Amino acid sequence: MAAVRVEEVLAAAEEQEAEKRRSVTVEKELELEFDLGNLLALDRNPPAAAGLRGAAPGREAKLRALARDNTQLLVAQLWELPAERAGGAGGPLVARLPEPAFLLPREKPPPRPRPPTRWEQFARLKGIRRRKRTSLVWDEEAKEWRRRWGYRRAGGDPARAWLAEVPEGADPEEDQFARLRREKRERVARNELNRLRNLARAHRAGTAVPAAPLHPTGHQSREELSHVARVARVSTASLGRFQPRLPREPAETLSRNAGKKRRFEPLLGNLAAERSRQLELLRDMGSKKPVLNITRAVNKQLRQEEAEAAAAKGKKQSQRGKRGRRQ
Amino acid sequence: MRPLTEAETRTLFEKLGRYIGENIQLLVDRPDGTYCFRLHRDRVYYLSEKLLKVATSIPRDNLVSLGTCFGKFTKSQKFRLSVMALDFLAPYAKYKVWVKPGSEQSFLYGNHVLKSGLGRITENTAQYQGVVVYSMADVPLGFGVAAKSTQECRKVDPMAIVVFRQADVGEYVRNEDTLT
Repeated sequence: MAAVRVEEVLAAAEEQEAEKRRSVTVEKELELEFDLGNLLALDRNPPAAAGLRGAAPGREAKLRALARDNTQLLVAQLWELPAERAGGAGGPLVARLPEPAFLLPREKPPPRPRPPTRWEQFARLKGIRRRKRTSLVWDEEAKEWRRRWGYRRAGGDPARAWLAEVPEGADPEEDQFARLRREKRERVARNELNRLRNLARAHRAGTAVPAAPLHPTGHQSREELSHVARVARVSTASLGRFQPRLPREPAETLSRNAGKKRRFEPLLGNLAAERSRQLELLRDMGSKKPVLNITRAVNKQLRQEEAEAAAAKGKKQSQRGKRGRRQ
Repeated sequence: MRPLTEAETRTLFEKLGRYIGENIQLLVDRPDGTYCFRLHRDRVYYLSEKLLKVATSIPRDNLVSLGTCFGKFTKSQKFRLSVMALDFLAPYAKYKVWVKPGSEQSFLYGNHVLKSGLGRITENTAQYQGVVVYSMADVPLGFGVAAKSTQECRKVDPMAIVVFRQADVGEYVRNEDTLT
């Protein structure tokens, strides 16, 4: 009886092996069409229509078997792609997918064109077209090509203009410099207002607003940028602990109150603890110093050689002196 | 007034270590009492615990100085050692320079030490090593940086500078108004 059982066990094992081997190979009448870029497999084989009808029993199992077979074929195709190890020698094996051949339709509707700004409407109405301007302008006084605006512009720095003529019909008591400054401020403010209005109009019309900058005004101060950089650094899964530093970012940051008040040790806190901390710091600093100082070693060697040379010279001189005196 | 942060303590010890080496331990850990460093208006003061406790009762605006001022931290967090630390550097100095009586006055007036004024110098002083300057009677006059190593000092001509003066006792008279 033990033998029969052993036979049964062996037969069962062999059947399992055959099952496994069978499960890897799939027989199909028509070959499937593959679009590996989209991980797509198209099966044009006509299905057994009767078995897959709505009320047919065993429909679920048949559908599942069909799906399993097709997935098997797709995966077999994926295994034939050129593979490489991602992330160096120990990383997972990764296949490089080809470009997708099947064009998928859009998920969302295409963006609408943004409405024209007030100036654009006016220009279209009047037929004004944009003429290209040169970036550099000839400056007669400086006798060289200077920018049209910005750093070292042609026509000198407007902030340093030392003369402001009183225009005809203006109040002689009025401060012209103040007037110029005020007008510039007003122009800048009006420009900014119009820009924001255009943005609001585009937003209201439902078009895609150009990617919102960090701060709505578009001028980012240094503190703001560093604050945002700090926040971005900490917004990782490990709260910025393994984040590599940018080239000029300072190494140490305050642990708990970054950006807020600086916190110090209490003035009269545990003095013994303070002392032990300082001693440990001294020990750390001492241990880092290199044991062999090259220059000192070289100097020592030189000193030895000098001492030897001096001793030899002394001996020679004394010998010579004696010889002379012996005469 | 506040204790020094880790970075500030490190800077301070590095500077002191240039002159007294590992003997800073003797300043930090003293057998005759607990002494500590405190920072007040960018200046580092060395004082005993007893004095510290008393000093906490003075308002911050009215507090001018306490204990011994070792020096100050500049705006870019570099530490400048001042002459008032000399009393604590002199007994523990590793590298010493003795100045001849003739050029003592020159040194105390704020000039560097020339080879002609050099009396003795500790053996195996490296170049740019922190040194404490003494008179021939072993009175500490100030401290500085060795411009030449001991080897080179022997060979160099008499008008060459051998020690760059960093602080001298004459500052007590010259900079009377600004020392705290």
